[in-house]
Amino acid sequence: MRAIAALWSRELLRFFRDRARVVGALAPPVVFWFLIGSGLGNAFKMPGAAAGVDFLQYFFSGTLVLIVLFTSVFATISIIEDRREGFLQAVLVAPITRLSIVLGKVLGAATVGLIQGSFFLVLTPLSGIDLPLQGFLWAATAMALASLGLTGLGFCIAWKMDSTQGFHAVMNLFLIPMWMLSGALFPHSTAPGWLRFVMSANPVSYAVSALQHSFGMGSVALASLPLCLLVLTGFSVATLGACVWLARDQD
Amino acid sequence: MAGLTKQEGLSSPVSVSGLSYAYPAARGGNSRLALNHLSFDVSAGEMFGVLGPNGGGKSTLFKILATLLRPGSGRVRLFGQDTQAARGTRKRMGVVFQNPSLDLRLTCEENLLYQGRLYGLSGRDLARRVDDALGLYRLEDRRRDWAGSLSGGLRRRLELAKGLIHDPDLLLLDEPTVGLDPGARKELWDHLGRIRGSRKITILLTTHLMDEAERCDRLMLLHEGRLTAEGTPEVLKGEIGGDVITLETEQPDTLLAGVRERFQAEAARLGEHVRIERKQGHSFIPQLVEAFPGLIRSVHLSKPTLEDVFIHHTGRGFWNEGAQQESRGT
Repeated sequence: MRAIAALWSRELLRFFRDRARVVGALAPPVVFWFLIGSGLGNAFKMPGAAAGVDFLQYFFSGTLVLIVLFTSVFATISIIEDRREGFLQAVLVAPITRLSIVLGKVLGAATVGLIQGSFFLVLTPLSGIDLPLQGFLWAATAMALASLGLTGLGFCIAWKMDSTQGFHAVMNLFLIPMWMLSGALFPHSTAPGWLRFVMSANPVSYAVSALQHSFGMGSVALASLPLCLLVLTGFSVATLGACVWLARDQD
Repeated sequence: MAGLTKQEGLSSPVSVSGLSYAYPAARGGNSRLALNHLSFDVSAGEMFGVLGPNGGGKSTLFKILATLLRPGSGRVRLFGQDTQAARGTRKRMGVVFQNPSLDLRLTCEENLLYQGRLYGLSGRDLARRVDDALGLYRLEDRRRDWAGSLSGGLRRRLELAKGLIHDPDLLLLDEPTVGLDPGARKELWDHLGRIRGSRKITILLTTHLMDEAERCDRLMLLHEGRLTAEGTPEVLKGEIGGDVITLETEQPDTLLAGVRERFQAEAARLGEHVRIERKQGHSFIPQLVEAFPGLIRSVHLSKPTLEDVFIHHTGRGFWNEGAQQESRGT
């Protein structure tokens, strides 16, 4: 436990000492949200079920997920740095289980993601979204689960890598499309059938949907709120399990 | 010492028997045998050196002892426990890697605090240990500086402090002074001496430096994954019959053949040199010079060093300058 807490607090300490990272993970999505949201919002009208939802409001959930994705996943890059700079070897020979190492790292990175996401969540009123306390709590739960799952995914990718460039490549090839096909940019209901299938299989979709429910936009969501949270929980457990398996002793 | 440890019910800190390790084959290549049937023991309180050239298997051995690699075959026991069940023994072990393991974006103090927590320390006990360590390693005034701002020598010192924060019974050091200037090197050794003086600790270190190996209680020579010799530095050097004479020549092969034929001396060629081991070397030199007029450019007489021990056992220069290996004369 102590070891998990130590590794967790180290992640937070390192994150907040690095101002560029704080700004770098928060600013781009906000700018995206405002520019893309404003631009697209006037070019297209939300069709069907989504009628009556302003695109800036619609895009808000996706932006929040993007912040969590950027922050959590980038935080796991520190595994590659830890390995290269040598810090990791000292952790690996310490008398702690690999589960503690995984949990310390993943919980640390996920907390960082959650904190960043919460900063943006505070801006909700600016977008005109009405956010009651209950909605806020659901949104926070969804973000926490999404952070955990995405961090776990990032950990799995980063564990075997020895260059941060490689990580960025995977990020662009794999994680960004996952975000694009999550209902962040366009609703599930208007997509062609094959795309709808891909979106349903994408765990990130359920993070976006859960947030849409929290923001009172349940009509555009992919699934019900309980199902979303269930899928996110399953996703987190699965990626954490994969992390522990990958990082098992003496590989 | 062995009797004492038995009385205390303790097993020797490090016990290796029949250890082999092969790196898996790279694409299209053969697997590389890094360690070949290695057996040795380190007894409690000893400073044990693993001396060998780079690529001789030292790092692989170190990783296995540090429990980062599983032994391929054979048995490795730390305090009587197999390294596979390593968690209990890890607590009793301090590891200082050749590559730094400091978090450069944390302060000196934080580096020690985090390390302590990984070893289950906390609260006042940990705070006291950190204070002691910063004092002992004279890093007190750098307490709140980034580890990244320290010089190479200071980083090594902090590294050592980090490896010892939990008061281990066994300290593993991988090439402890690589990259340090002579001043920092001496200082580090002074610290090691002080540690050994202040508590009972077993130290195993790997090195490719002869003067470091000299300081160990006992040594093993590791060459191409094999243990080629083992003993105290004095015993190892004593294995060489008397003195070492090195002849510089333009025709090493001719000279080598001549020396063997005329004097039945133990001689070997090392690059442009012929190396002879002989008792009473000083009285042998005049005979040599007279016997081969014009063939010898210079003569060098010395007491055997650990480098000579290495050459004696492997038939080649430690730094591999004498790539041509010569069979040994009688």
